[in-house]
Amino acid sequence: MQTATYFDHNGTTRLDSRVLERMLPFMTEQSGNATSRHSAGRTARQAIEQAREQVAAAVGAYPSQVVFTGSGTEADNLAIHGIAMANGVEQVLISAIEHPAVSRPAQALQWQGIKTGLIAADANGVIRPAALEAAISGATKPVGLVSVMLANNETGVIQPISDLAEMARQHKAWVHTDAVQALGKISVDFAELNVHAMTLSSHKIHGPQGAGALILDKRVDIRPLLYGGGQEKGLRSGSENLAALVGFGMAAELSTSGLAPRREHMEKLRARLEQGLAELGATLFGAGAARLPNTSFFAFDGIEGETLVMALDRQGFAVASGSACSSDSTEPSHVLMAMGVNSDLARGSVRVSLGYTNTMQEVDAFLLTLKGELQRLRKLTAIAV
Amino acid sequence: MTVHTPIYLDYSATTPTDPRVAEKMIPFLTEHFGNPASRSHPFGWTAEKAVENAREEVAKLVNADPREIVWTSGATESNNLAIKGAANFYSGKGKHIVTIQTEHKAVLDAVRELERVGFEATYLAPEPNGLVDIEKFRAALRPDTVLASVMLVNNEIGVIQDIETLGNICREQGIIFHVDAAQATGKVHIDLEKLPVDLMSFSAHKTYGPKGIGALYVRRKPRVRLEAQMHGGGHERGLRSGTLATHQIVGMGEAFRIAREEMDLENARVRRLRDRLLTGLQEIDEVYVNGDMKQRVPHNLNISFNFVEGESLIMAVKDIAVSSGSACTSASLEPSYVLRALGRSDELAHSSIRFSIGRFTTEEEVDYTIELMKSKIGKLRELSPLWEMHLEGVDLSKVEWAAH
Repeated sequence: MQTATYFDHNGTTRLDSRVLERMLPFMTEQSGNATSRHSAGRTARQAIEQAREQVAAAVGAYPSQVVFTGSGTEADNLAIHGIAMANGVEQVLISAIEHPAVSRPAQALQWQGIKTGLIAADANGVIRPAALEAAISGATKPVGLVSVMLANNETGVIQPISDLAEMARQHKAWVHTDAVQALGKISVDFAELNVHAMTLSSHKIHGPQGAGALILDKRVDIRPLLYGGGQEKGLRSGSENLAALVGFGMAAELSTSGLAPRREHMEKLRARLEQGLAELGATLFGAGAARLPNTSFFAFDGIEGETLVMALDRQGFAVASGSACSSDSTEPSHVLMAMGVNSDLARGSVRVSLGYTNTMQEVDAFLLTLKGELQRLRKLTAIAV
Repeated sequence: MTVHTPIYLDYSATTPTDPRVAEKMIPFLTEHFGNPASRSHPFGWTAEKAVENAREEVAKLVNADPREIVWTSGATESNNLAIKGAANFYSGKGKHIVTIQTEHKAVLDAVRELERVGFEATYLAPEPNGLVDIEKFRAALRPDTVLASVMLVNNEIGVIQDIETLGNICREQGIIFHVDAAQATGKVHIDLEKLPVDLMSFSAHKTYGPKGIGALYVRRKPRVRLEAQMHGGGHERGLRSGTLATHQIVGMGEAFRIAREEMDLENARVRRLRDRLLTGLQEIDEVYVNGDMKQRVPHNLNISFNFVEGESLIMAVKDIAVSSGSACTSASLEPSYVLRALGRSDELAHSSIRFSIGRFTTEEEVDYTIELMKSKIGKLRELSPLWEMHLEGVDLSKVEWAAH
């Protein structure tokens, strides 16, 4: 079963063996509490500070700007809730294509009397500065916080963050971006993006699950989610998840040092994949926009996405329909809805997200299988009708 | 057998991961790396199955239903979710919270945050032995009290609160009762079918599991509701969003399984070692045990060494890894707030050491520690003018110090 071809790297990634090697000592003999002052605690502290430097270096930030969290979701919640609450924000704007880790905490702000509005996407799934401008002028209150993801988890479409940030700054709003899907696939530079806060996650870059970070401009006031021992300069209490943070640091370093060849490899595979998809008559979402090198989100007319995903699974290909977090639900993807895709086609959507360990043979085998499954499913549908 | 220094006697700060736990975790870092929320392929299913098996193990240790266990990133998050989540959900009924001055910072700071947003809180002082007086607790409850939070085992002094009685009082009055049990698992038998507890926080890394994972018990019958503190993909039935860290969850499950199976044997062994340590240290003059010795976990010994300055004491005992105050506050030099709540003077609070013994502590290490303490305390007192005055029979509490 585990020999299946894994094409769901936007869901999670396999741990890099070099990351595991770095983590192992911290899972066993070197497992002090980083807050303790004795030597076991100091070793833990040094390891965490090294991980902080590695994560900072991977995204062009200062180590002091790195706030470690337990996940990307937590970092998103910390940014949205924390910035809005600490700065008396009255109006938040998020893009219509955000991950639930951003959209849900933004919606929850209504209980605090804070409004949340959406910034529209165009047909390619891009959030244009004009759309932000329209959302700002349509808002009834001054906009205090804007959050737009750097790359979308479903379509892979890359957003013009620095332009959006510039516009938001002109309106004196704080800017957050969820860069969880971008790291390790394209270069990510905190300073260049010009945002105040940026979310990262370890398990999307061949690091372990259980670690994330918020990169935070220190001039931004923020209210913590978790109170307690005062770790992470009081911004995130709780004994540090030592092994996971060490792994995250290593994964971040590897994700940038090896970026160019990885990116090139994934682009080559994806070009072949999408050529094959086009020949099979697929509609490719976001095709007209700049996208991550690894993601293809597509649908076939008249074919149910869930059915196709299950059929592919039986043939040994792990792909996703929509994002893993919402794959429980049968609602059509909110990202595709925001792009104006009709809901029947959206229900057929399948996501292939490649990793640098995938091969051309796997892509070819996938296309062959897909062709067979499509023929079979179309026959079944014809009978049913 | 030779003793390797530093000797680890800080098991209440964190425990080493049991090798059996680490072994169980590693396959979930490598071949079984899936996201348990991925429903469309076996990578996800394998991870989900492992998560559910671990949930059962955690539930079994405390005799709960697996559906009552919510994964978190650790006891700090569990405490925050329980306290802020329940207080906010039930705030329509009232806005008063009762807790104890000796709670962990994760509880105290969460309550303080609620005070900032309009709740009122009573921080009850414990008795000098660290235990809560039942009648004082009852008296602190008000008609508008919605939540009480009392820890099962104190992290600094190891005393065990009578949560059954406290919980029954809360239940009579319809007050949600939260218990921080981070220090209790594997040390105290917990039966949530019998205990009148609504919410209970757990941590893996205090029970030989990995760091970065914990759980919150949320009672189903009668049902307890919470306002989620982390929103997103709707994981953990919407109570706590965020991708589950499969390997860590697997590790917590295994750690709690081992705790369930080995607790009785281990506690007996640890108790022998702790009593040996206590007997040895009591040969030193002017030592005071902090906290009740009967209602206490066998792992903990907290002792104040009179006429010794706290910081130099810690420096002098570098060969043993111990805490003065809890690890979470040991970066600060303030005397332990727990010991001060017991009515200890600043001096005695400053010169206290928490020895916490665990699974891998040996008799040789305990004996080495006793000898080390005897010799170092002796040397430090030789340098102390206060000790000299004490030996001369001066009552230091009556000395009037001149200001310079």
